[in-house]
Amino acid sequence: MDAIQFQLNGTKTSYSGDAANRLLDVLRDTYEMTSVKCGCKEGECGACSVLIDGMLINSCCVAVGSVDGCNIVTLEGYRETKRFAALNKAFASTAAAQCGFCIPGMVLAAEALLSKIPHPTEAQIRDGLSGNLCRCTGYNAIVNAVHLAAKGGNGLW
Amino acid sequence: MQNISQPVVKKDHESKITGRAIYVSDYHDDNILTGKFLRSTLAHAKLVSVDVPPLPDGYCYVDKTDVPGDNNVNIVKDDTPVFARDTVEYIGEPIGMIVGPEESEVDHILSKIKVSYEELEPVLDIRKADTVFFDYEFGKGDMEKAFAEADKIYEEEFTTGYQEQAYMEAQGMIAEPEKDGKMLIHGSLQCPYYIHGAIMRALACGPDQIHIKQDATGGAFGGKEDFPSILGCQVAVAAKKANAPVRCIFGRREDMEFTTKRHPSLCTYKVAVKDGHVTAMDIDVKFNGGAYTTLSAVVLQRGIICADGIYNIENLHVRGKALKTNTAPTGAYRGFGAPQTFFAVEMMMDHIAMDLGIDSLKFKELHMVKQGDATSTSGKYHFPVPVPAMLDEVDRVCDLRRKHEEYAKPQTGRYRRGMGISMHFHGAGFTGSGERDIIKAVCRLHKYPDGKVEILASNGEIGQGLLTTFPKIVAHELNLPLDQVTYTYPDTARVPDSGPTVASRSLMVVGELLRRCAIKLRSQWKDGEDQIVEEHFKEPDFVIPFYLDKFQGDAYPTYAWGVNAVEVEVDTYTGLTKILGAYGNFDVGTPIDYNIVMGQMEGGFLQGIGFASIEQMDYDNKGRIRNNSFTDYLIPTSADVPNMKCMLHVEEYPDGPYGAKGAGELPLVGVPAAYVEAVEQALGHGVKLSHVPFTAEDTLKVIAKEGL
Repeated sequence: MDAIQFQLNGTKTSYSGDAANRLLDVLRDTYEMTSVKCGCKEGECGACSVLIDGMLINSCCVAVGSVDGCNIVTLEGYRETKRFAALNKAFASTAAAQCGFCIPGMVLAAEALLSKIPHPTEAQIRDGLSGNLCRCTGYNAIVNAVHLAAKGGNGLW
Repeated sequence: MQNISQPVVKKDHESKITGRAIYVSDYHDDNILTGKFLRSTLAHAKLVSVDVPPLPDGYCYVDKTDVPGDNNVNIVKDDTPVFARDTVEYIGEPIGMIVGPEESEVDHILSKIKVSYEELEPVLDIRKADTVFFDYEFGKGDMEKAFAEADKIYEEEFTTGYQEQAYMEAQGMIAEPEKDGKMLIHGSLQCPYYIHGAIMRALACGPDQIHIKQDATGGAFGGKEDFPSILGCQVAVAAKKANAPVRCIFGRREDMEFTTKRHPSLCTYKVAVKDGHVTAMDIDVKFNGGAYTTLSAVVLQRGIICADGIYNIENLHVRGKALKTNTAPTGAYRGFGAPQTFFAVEMMMDHIAMDLGIDSLKFKELHMVKQGDATSTSGKYHFPVPVPAMLDEVDRVCDLRRKHEEYAKPQTGRYRRGMGISMHFHGAGFTGSGERDIIKAVCRLHKYPDGKVEILASNGEIGQGLLTTFPKIVAHELNLPLDQVTYTYPDTARVPDSGPTVASRSLMVVGELLRRCAIKLRSQWKDGEDQIVEEHFKEPDFVIPFYLDKFQGDAYPTYAWGVNAVEVEVDTYTGLTKILGAYGNFDVGTPIDYNIVMGQMEGGFLQGIGFASIEQMDYDNKGRIRNNSFTDYLIPTSADVPNMKCMLHVEEYPDGPYGAKGAGELPLVGVPAAYVEAVEQALGHGVKLSHVPFTAEDTLKVIAKEGL
């Protein structure tokens, strides 16, 4: 059987393991992308969110075989971008990272939202982040950070 | 705002925002073996036999016979077994562990193990529980006289359910034998020295033979206070047997079902009222402790001390029991017994006011404590009680007094509104003389020849910001740039025991010790030299000594205060409650970083709203918890409470650093009563609600029953 081919953070990647393996496990164990967190393994918490062809997806609910030909972005790739720098600055200014476990998923959720709606309303931000659970912050600091990033990163999205 | 309150970029921000922070599951090392538990499938049974199939090379089975020392985990008492003894006492109790290199093979072996049980009758209902773990009683005044002279006596029962901490990172630990014969145990945890003490006993080893290190920890909220002592002993025993590193990471369902959570409660209040005034309260508190005691003693102590709320009740009798049931042990969760009793007392006051036909807020204001008054345990409120001013501040943002009276009038139509108000305190630090007699915190500063200063303390960063706020205090006192002062995840091999990361104590108690260390270092500072200074906890002089046998004296040196208001709109067709606004005004003294403290307030407040409204967890008639996933146990999302506003009121505490008091737990404690009073107002018709969570289904039941 042919290996599964995909782009991982811009690098052409070929995976020869079982196509039924969870993308989450493959990213963490095979490619050591440990920013992708396992919070529930059943698609409820969003800690394992990655971008697949720009869409925010829970990687725990994806079989690696189904990403053949896709472009996958994790925080390891995204953190090298200017858009990340804008989000980083905004999250820092509101102290939005507490325990930090939801944060990689939250950052990618913010990217997925802002790439669709560069200047979202508060309701749109809350809706855009609602698939990613955070138990620490009460969400206000994260929502404010996304709002600030959208303002400060004018033109990036 | 004081200079120290100005927000800074958190020192762990960069590692967390980039995803580089290493949590226990992130260590990539093929030599680490995977450990998974064989768990009891019955709530109460005698273990007859455990038949383990022949194991492939590299795999082993670990159980109580492998524990080199005491098969008991030292927590407050030591009744929790490392691995099950001759009986199992709850569904999920660890009987043994399979350890090996491949997780799939470990799972396969576990599925082949046959356990024979002799089933025993489980006790699941706390009303029927007859094993009393802890039984406390205290009071003051003349109860008989007060009840004899009462115009009216009110009696009511209140219940609260489980609450799961639902930290985003599940429990996980690694035990690694080291080359020198020692062992390192590290992972997701709050209290390194608790674990250190527990594992020393389980391995029967000296203090230098093991050390405990905290990894980046993905939330805790009390859930990683007691439980890691148990898991730590288990992985340490397994690593000892396998003579290899063993890692155990919980799945979400495993974590929700089998780890400690908030004690369900049943509180009965009997209240005497004379001339429109409460003259006596006779309070009976029961907490469901589950199968083993863990922290139930201290959770119960805090719960009963708060049982008369922020009111000056001259005649008081409180009896509290923690009872055994054959369910997963309950333990620490933010608030630590106080959310249960504050809910009960606030609702009781609301209901008496309703019956007397006066506004519940006005009724409560008549009874409110003030500076100099006696506490429930005949201690003293030594410092100003800022609640009246805090109420006014909340009133200004949400018009609560007017709305509270307006919504109390009869309403019709599909959508009806309510405004609920609650007031509460949280005593900072260990209950009673715990700080002085048990914890005896020590911390150090190490100044290096290059002028950099390292903080040596054992308190963990669990999201609450200690990696930043501790250095802020020391840098401020030494007049150094913040990047010259460091604090890293504690390792017991390197740091003294400054106590556990619990009881909203770290910043107030340890932070003040660090401030004193810094003053000492400043006075002795010699450029270019390596210097170490140390400070020990000293109880403030004003404290009235607390006697636990009598429950008398100052249970806490000072209190953080909270005023909560929640405005709701209930859809009487669907039972759904929309929160129109949730307002929390909190006095935690001086914030040592405005953003960090605000983050604590908002996060805790939302957890309280969850507890009050949607976080439903229960077990079936076999004792199995069914709400064991985020599908069946809902926690708030970013879309649920868009209008949540927290405020800070600052009443400085002279014995906390720059006036800071305990903060972490306060914002959760008062929400249930505010939320439920709001729903009660919206439903109207004199309904009296008495439990949390109060879900949409509960609302529909009341509507159907009362024909609203």
